[in-house]
Amino acid sequence: MKQEAIIDQLKVIVKPYVTDEQAFSNLTEATDFINDLKINSANLIDVILDIEEFFAIEIDNTSMERMIDVQSAVAIITAKLEAQ
Amino acid sequence: MNKEAIIQQLPYAKPFLFVDDITHIDTNGVTGTFTYDANLDFYRGHFKDHPITPGVILTETMAQIGVVCLGIYLTEEEQPTQMALTSSEIEFLQPVYPNETVTVISEKIYFRFGKLKCNVRMLNSRNEEVSRGTIAGMLVNR
Repeated sequence: MKQEAIIDQLKVIVKPYVTDEQAFSNLTEATDFINDLKINSANLIDVILDIEEFFAIEIDNTSMERMIDVQSAVAIITAKLEAQ
Repeated sequence: MNKEAIIQQLPYAKPFLFVDDITHIDTNGVTGTFTYDANLDFYRGHFKDHPITPGVILTETMAQIGVVCLGIYLTEEEQPTQMALTSSEIEFLQPVYPNETVTVISEKIYFRFGKLKCNVRMLNSRNEEVSRGTIAGMLVNR
């Protein structure tokens, strides 16, 4: 799966949890889920579970802690998909 | 872990303890009961001359039995932790009056990365559903 396609899908997944719409419309690889999109940390867990479900991957605790921005999420999803 | 030990580990005390008994608990869910003493202070003002249990108290009861008790059970092997309420979405269907006994039935949706999310229902003594919804909490270090 191409990086752009993963980012497009991530946008669909995070949208319901975003509270800063402007940061969402300007989303880039550097966008931070909590500091930029203002997703609360409890909801970020739902984002990660939705990522698991959509991409059919399992995210462990270590990966979860690294998933703080779009860039790291894309890297983790790509690595998990490649490992399959 | 036995049911009495779970209730003992709850961080609440009267008048903000809303768990009398746990009737069933396993890794998938919990059932417990509570009776609202007519002398509870909030009945004096909710409402004037017409006491009804406030929705926030029903929500708290559902959270204490359905999420906090289950959280203690699921983490008994771990360090002492506390559960912080992170979200609730509850519908209220029937009034609950002073001295009523309610049963809370909670089913785990997931417990991942320290977040416990449950479908929780409350029934009155006539087995009628008085409230239902989802409640989530997260473990925080005590």
